Amino acid sequence: MTAMNTKQFNDVSLGETLPELNIPITVALITGGAIATRDYFPGHHDKDAANELGSPHVFMNILTTNGLVERFVGQWCGPTGRLQNLKIKLGVPNYPGDHMTFTGEVTELDAETRTAVVSLKGKNSMGNHVTGSVAVVLP
Amino acid sequence: MANNEWLSEVRSMVGREYGRIYAWDEVNPAMVRQWCEVMGVENPLYTDPEYAVQTEFEGMVAPPAMLQAWCLEGLHMNNYPPGSTDENPYGVLKLIEAQGYPAVVAVNSELSFDRYVKMGERLYYTTRFADMGEEKTTGLGAGFFVTLIQTFYSEAPDKERLKGKEDEKVGELLFRVFKFKPAQRPKSEAKKDDQGQEEKKAEKPAIKRPKPGISDDTRFFWDGCEAGELRVQHCKCCDKLQHPPAPVCVHCQSFELDYKVASGKGELYSFVVMHYPVVPPFEHPNPIGLIQLDEGVRMPVGLTGVDPEALQNGEVKIGQRMQVEFQTFDDELTLPLFRPVDA
Repeated sequence: MTAMNTKQFNDVSLGETLPELNIPITVALITGGAIATRDYFPGHHDKDAANELGSPHVFMNILTTNGLVERFVGQWCGPTGRLQNLKIKLGVPNYPGDHMTFTGEVTELDAETRTAVVSLKGKNSMGNHVTGSVAVVLP
Repeated sequence: MANNEWLSEVRSMVGREYGRIYAWDEVNPAMVRQWCEVMGVENPLYTDPEYAVQTEFEGMVAPPAMLQAWCLEGLHMNNYPPGSTDENPYGVLKLIEAQGYPAVVAVNSELSFDRYVKMGERLYYTTRFADMGEEKTTGLGAGFFVTLIQTFYSEAPDKERLKGKEDEKVGELLFRVFKFKPAQRPKSEAKKDDQGQEEKKAEKPAIKRPKPGISDDTRFFWDGCEAGELRVQHCKCCDKLQHPPAPVCVHCQSFELDYKVASGKGELYSFVVMHYPVVPPFEHPNPIGLIQLDEGVRMPVGLTGVDPEALQNGEVKIGQRMQVEFQTFDDELTLPLFRPVDA
């Protein structure tokens, strides 16, 4: 396993930016993500079904987006961060062949609970796929 | 509103609670490991027993972002495990649909976690129809924002329940959807005519540059861009130049207009860097310049080869020498952009 950060609350400053994370959007990620989250909605694994719905290809399900958001924040804070919430607003779809780039920054700090709030967005070629925030308690 | 009756009926259901929906499987390492593999999550708390046993959990836990996945029905729709409710918590969406709002799009997903769940726990959730807004018209069409709240519990094992242990809340999901009548789109009509053949060929909807409105007065300019010439309107009577093109000379009111090909050289007269809103497919932030051409007229253009920060921190200054550069977008639209050059 690769070495991971273990971000301490005291090391975090307001406005700190997270390392960008670029994720290639593939059929494997979309369909694998749907099945790994037990979401068998046809638009997530069957291109013909997605076409019927007016989409050019299969599109990423929300539960995969949530997983990728956890990955983005988790890679920054490391395995000792504890997620309190994960709030997202959905934008344009993620289709195969695209890339999504996550950017984020620390927008709130609460010393009493050692909680940092990260505001983030995941953007693809059509615009923001996801915007939102994650509150994480740090050691 | 034409028919308020069904609306008040649906609205009277706000606050209604629906029964339990159980997970098919208890929280288990195999499903967690596969989830981590696909998502690219490398946290050893989820997959490495030796690491996890040293944490406050004293063993592996499931990724919190995976919470919902445990309780989905799987391949067969509405096939929930024994003990689950027969009620349909999404019945309210069906009621709205029956009134002519067939489409649905998820808007918000807000997960909150009371605690992480450990291997072996069995989860279920209950659903509350929390809110339905007034009818709203959005870019997608007209419809209603509906908010459902799912509360996730860990069921106390039988043995422990006998000792008085109760089910414990582990998290919550606020889920907001927009249930709507799609706005009319001419393209989808065309698709239907072709027995679905067109749909199979559907491509990712590329976001293209907006095209200019071209009139008889301005066509020479856009044709010039295609030909790689920066054309400026010229008055045959008074010999003056003007931009943007107009039907009449702004200096002498003559209708006798033609154009001159400009050198494409000039200087930065002013600029703005657009930060908000983000408008794909334009650069973000988007630097826009007003160029004073050497021939005397000014032209608002997109800037290329300019770092927006360099504009804002003064590295690139007003008066900077600029040179036109024609760029073709989406294989169909050629625009004159300007790039900084040495004086």
